[in-house]
Amino acid sequence: MKLLIKGGRLLDPSSGIDDQLDLLIEDGAVAAVGSDLDAGDAEILDATNRLVVPGLIDVHVHLREPGYEYKEDIQSGVRAAVAGGFTAVACMPNTDPVNDNKTVTRYICQRAAEAGLANVFPVGAITKGLKGESLSEMGELREAGCVAVTDDGRPVGDGEIMRRAMEYASSFDLPVISHAEDLSVVAGGVMNDGFVATELGLKGIPWVAEDAMVARDVMLAEFTGARLHVAHVSTRGAVEIIRAAQKRGVAVTAEVTPHHFTLNEEAVRGYATNAKMNPPLRSADDVAAVREGLADGTIGVIATDHAPHHRDEKNVEFDIALNGVVGLETALPLTLRLVDEGVLSLPKAIARLTCGPASALGLSRGTLAVGRVADVTIIDPDCSWTLRAEELLSKSKNTAFDGWSFKGAATCTLVSGKIVYRRVGA
Amino acid sequence: MSFGHKHILGIEQLSADDITLILDTAESFKEISTREIKKVPTLRGKTIINIFFEASTRTRTSFEIAGKRLSADTVNISASTSAVVKGETLEDTAKNLEAMHPDIIVMRHGHSGAPHYLAERCGFSVVNAGDGAHEHPSQALLDLMTIREKKDTIGGLTVAIVGDIAHSRVARSNIYALNKMGATVRLAAPRTLLPSAVERLGAEVYTDMNAALEGADVVMMLRIQQERQGKTLLPSAREYSRFYGLNPDNLKRAKADAIVMHPGPMNRGVEIASAVADGAQNVILDQVENGVAVRMALLYLISGGEQLAEQSA
Repeated sequence: MKLLIKGGRLLDPSSGIDDQLDLLIEDGAVAAVGSDLDAGDAEILDATNRLVVPGLIDVHVHLREPGYEYKEDIQSGVRAAVAGGFTAVACMPNTDPVNDNKTVTRYICQRAAEAGLANVFPVGAITKGLKGESLSEMGELREAGCVAVTDDGRPVGDGEIMRRAMEYASSFDLPVISHAEDLSVVAGGVMNDGFVATELGLKGIPWVAEDAMVARDVMLAEFTGARLHVAHVSTRGAVEIIRAAQKRGVAVTAEVTPHHFTLNEEAVRGYATNAKMNPPLRSADDVAAVREGLADGTIGVIATDHAPHHRDEKNVEFDIALNGVVGLETALPLTLRLVDEGVLSLPKAIARLTCGPASALGLSRGTLAVGRVADVTIIDPDCSWTLRAEELLSKSKNTAFDGWSFKGAATCTLVSGKIVYRRVGA
Repeated sequence: MSFGHKHILGIEQLSADDITLILDTAESFKEISTREIKKVPTLRGKTIINIFFEASTRTRTSFEIAGKRLSADTVNISASTSAVVKGETLEDTAKNLEAMHPDIIVMRHGHSGAPHYLAERCGFSVVNAGDGAHEHPSQALLDLMTIREKKDTIGGLTVAIVGDIAHSRVARSNIYALNKMGATVRLAAPRTLLPSAVERLGAEVYTDMNAALEGADVVMMLRIQQERQGKTLLPSAREYSRFYGLNPDNLKRAKADAIVMHPGPMNRGVEIASAVADGAQNVILDQVENGVAVRMALLYLISGGEQLAEQSA
């Protein structure tokens, strides 16, 4: 089966291509890239006025299956993913049971295969049951399909365990993803520590809770030589620690979420539970710092931390509302806003959603090089639309951007050369 | 002038004119409590539910008496007897309350923002009787009434608030209220009990209590919670008392005619020495007395008091 994507602006940051080029797909792989390619017997997909980019990759999602299917399941999660332009997602292990053994990993892979649509890369737990006590069977997790390990949602508090986790994971070529937070400093806080928290009478989480743990994990990575990926960076200090470590040659990568580069703590006013996240929305200065980090490449990855929660878990007092927001269907337009605002060039923005995440987790994706899997996202950078939370494809509607007007959307998403999503009316 | 508020969620939303109107109204109501028949028919036929998710004696009783002296039907629900212990959500509690058609809900809740949640979703008026570490507007108003009564004015005074500012809704409401009325606010506490950037609320911040007391017109002591003592925020009640307790000696730093206030309940011998709590400068029971009058004023004004008065005229 052949498909020719014709007439678009082909933008592949992995190879530096940014030109008016056609893309020929054959048997699910990229067969040719060139100008005015001959269609031959290929089906033609018109991409005039569209961007044609490698399939977007989100290395931080919670698909909630097994165990919390009332929030999201693998099928609804990947449906939301492809609608947001993502062809691959890496799902966190804080399911029930926890993905800390090969049986759960295989179950996730099997459910993902049944769902089709997007590629699902499971991320295994660092410690059994996410308890932070004993290492999970990372060798078997790797064999079963895990691409990294993390105790996401919880930091690994014990330095000895984190050290050994890095040593052990690197023996199996698994990157370690750090949810960097010193819980003893968090001490029950529910939003960023600062004037807004003081005004609202809410307990603050100071930036030092994040910075201190990022510093520890970066130094452990330097000491062990393991590959470290820092999840959802939200503070100026964390960006600076990571930047300095990268300069020293430490193998550390980092991600930022669209909500952390778009919103600050002011969004909490009115006790808005959809502005309750972990890490919390920080100060305007922190937002500026993560944007600088994205621009200079310290932060090479934009990841959503897609965290679906049921309405009843958010429609409560702020103190007891669960953390997190859905993000798969808003990440692309929020990233394109950064281009509009002059924070990122378009190629850099696309890199942070494609080759950046692929290289952070060692995935052989995020490129349109000839011979590689044809995961492709076609984007209309100009279409204007307004988000209505109830129209999200995710089972949960806990977005922080309800009613926002956006420019740009994925119009067509292809996985292994097959169209898995087409935007209505596009 | 008229009072345009349906809810009393915090002092933050009130103007200086609103506060003055509340205090004037409260003053006119104060006399009712000294009559032999302590009742006026103003809120006859109105239903007020006092729902307290946290223990309270003073505030709950004060609101109940205020409602009864205005002839409203008042019902009390406390957390120990409510459905909360059965795991009911605030949303369901709100819906159930609304189904009983109350006119006013007076709510105390341990979580900041809980009364705002109710006000956004329900048709009745909501009076915040204290939410988490956020606001306690009726307390600040009764404090202001007491200050005005004793000092004739509020503007231009220097008020020192000493104690656990970080966890205090009384402090926040008073900082807002005193600023709006033109007073200077000083806060004194060890840094563990001062929230971030609290000076931006409009206050001078001191870690030295003696400096904060210097020349003050009003000294407002805050209760230090038992559970904060001897842990990470404070080493001991003994040391706290030495450096942040009010006693006859350090009170001399304040103006000779300074008044001493405390929202209660007091920890005698911890934040306040008995000699001061019972001393000539204390106005602590005036605060309690004025509490009833202020709450009568609040219930009256959010019920559309002026219109009610016209109807009965």
